[in-house]
Amino acid sequence: MAGHSNYVPQSAAAKWLESRLPVISLVRGSFVDFPTPKNLNYWWAFGGILFFVLIAQIITGIVLAMHYTPNAGLAFDSVEHIMRDVNFGWMLRYLHTNGASMFFIAVYIHIFRGLYYGSYKAPREISWILGVIIFLIMMGTAFMGYVLPWGQMSFWGATVITNLFSAIPMVGDAIRTWLWGGFAVDNATLNRFFSLHYLLPFMIFGVVILHVWAFHTTGNNNPTGVQPKTKQDTIPFHPYYTVKDLFAIVVFMIFFSWFAFYVPNYMGHPDNYIEANPLVTPAHIVPEWYFLPFYAILRAVPDKLGGVVAMFGAIAILFVLPWLDTSKVRSGTYRPLFKQFFWIFALNAVALGYLGAMPAEGTYVLLARICTIYYFAHFLIILPMLGFLEKPRPVPTSISEAVLKSGSGKPAGATAAPETK
Amino acid sequence: MVHSEQAEPTRRDFLYIATGAMGVVGAGALVWPFVDQMNPDASALALASIEVDVTAVEEGQSITVKWRGKPVFIRNRTETEVEEAKAVPVDDLPDPLARNANLPADAQATDPNRGVAGQENWLVQVGICTHLGCVPIGDSGDFGGWFCPCHGSHYDTAGRIRKGPAPENLLIPPLEFVGGSTIKIG
Repeated sequence: MAGHSNYVPQSAAAKWLESRLPVISLVRGSFVDFPTPKNLNYWWAFGGILFFVLIAQIITGIVLAMHYTPNAGLAFDSVEHIMRDVNFGWMLRYLHTNGASMFFIAVYIHIFRGLYYGSYKAPREISWILGVIIFLIMMGTAFMGYVLPWGQMSFWGATVITNLFSAIPMVGDAIRTWLWGGFAVDNATLNRFFSLHYLLPFMIFGVVILHVWAFHTTGNNNPTGVQPKTKQDTIPFHPYYTVKDLFAIVVFMIFFSWFAFYVPNYMGHPDNYIEANPLVTPAHIVPEWYFLPFYAILRAVPDKLGGVVAMFGAIAILFVLPWLDTSKVRSGTYRPLFKQFFWIFALNAVALGYLGAMPAEGTYVLLARICTIYYFAHFLIILPMLGFLEKPRPVPTSISEAVLKSGSGKPAGATAAPETK
Repeated sequence: MVHSEQAEPTRRDFLYIATGAMGVVGAGALVWPFVDQMNPDASALALASIEVDVTAVEEGQSITVKWRGKPVFIRNRTETEVEEAKAVPVDDLPDPLARNANLPADAQATDPNRGVAGQENWLVQVGICTHLGCVPIGDSGDFGGWFCPCHGSHYDTAGRIRKGPAPENLLIPPLEFVGGSTIKIG
């Protein structure tokens, strides 16, 4: 990372610091001088957006923890106390709850961008795998955060998800009791979830640094999937992408604010405004929207252990994706067949999300099974075979060639070429 | 022997291995309290048994009580319900075991093995769906027993799973009648 910087300390103070801890050249090499492909489109801005949302979640979360009480008898009331009594408490809580949804909207777009442009392929496998780990920790964090208000959906969501572990043969029941700290979801469970919900975002932060470190070592992927070859193919991260990312973040903030300020409960569930009652399950329990596709897969399998294995398998399969896609061509732009299957896969994922929200009966179950089979077939059959069956379109020899050929209406000879200055 | 040319293990090799082994044992011993602190504590274990007076529960009525933080269904079944449950051959059941903590683990899921011994109209079971832990709704489902709204498991009038994803019959907790009308659970 630091190797990309041509920074030479000028002032005496900078020289003193740099010779003891080269932090200035590290930051400059990573986020200022870092050579970035010059053709990144706005789908690439979601990395920056995700970093912004992570920081926003950590800040709102830390202040919410100053007013929240992690006790089964007090938690629900303390959340109402935040909403009604704490100065700006309503805003902080709505930013935090909607922030979780925003985090998943952005991460799903970010993942699908990686899937389309082949960002998981060599040499970026480690970056991809670290991304899947971040996604898993995010899911754990979001799940435990949803338990904290101690409403009906919190309680029963926690019950259903922790019961998934009881499907493990032999030790399942012992693991479940250990997770609960009792014989049902109760105060002990709430306390440990609060503790872990506070911890995990910082672990995400740590893995994010590794994630960035990995693709700063290999260089960013880009819409052509072609590695930068000359200096003409890249531009420095600052100011070009700092400004582009910042603009995208501001647009995203407008979207985020609309939810947080105008429809703050749109993505929530009214049952969660009823205090947890261990004796009554709400008639129709559904997880938060971002878990619905996986929930549909869980319910599609008519066997407890099988359903749990399929659900975790749906995420685990992403770890081996770099080795399932046999095509030599990275970017979907040059893969006519892959492109079509990509969009079918995306539609299938949305369909799974819809089915996860519907009751588990009749046609919904059948459709969920078809979509589940297709989900796995995409990774295990379609992607491996496409590499052999598909005839990709010619790939440009360089990023510059692709950019100049695309004919974006620039007058000839007017190319600014700032990178050569 | 491949290793025949190597020198005899020295005292230093022995010390390395012994030190390493002690280190592993010590680390394991230190980790255990941090793992075990998450298991049920003494106060959770202390709530292990309750007594319920069921005099007021008429035929065809149910009550739900809380035992170890979980709902327990106590139902005074009607004769029709008992007859219906008895008429089902055990071979037709997805889970042929009684799941009754008062009987041996391999007891068959016949109706007498599910009801309270000697008082077959009483059915006492943990009201937790064996699929993913929701509380089933009484007097509903395709078999006139319980129906779990979460993932669609149907239980019959003896609390046995008949249709849906749940793998086991509703569990019957350790229980006994104390006196004529009080049930001790746990």
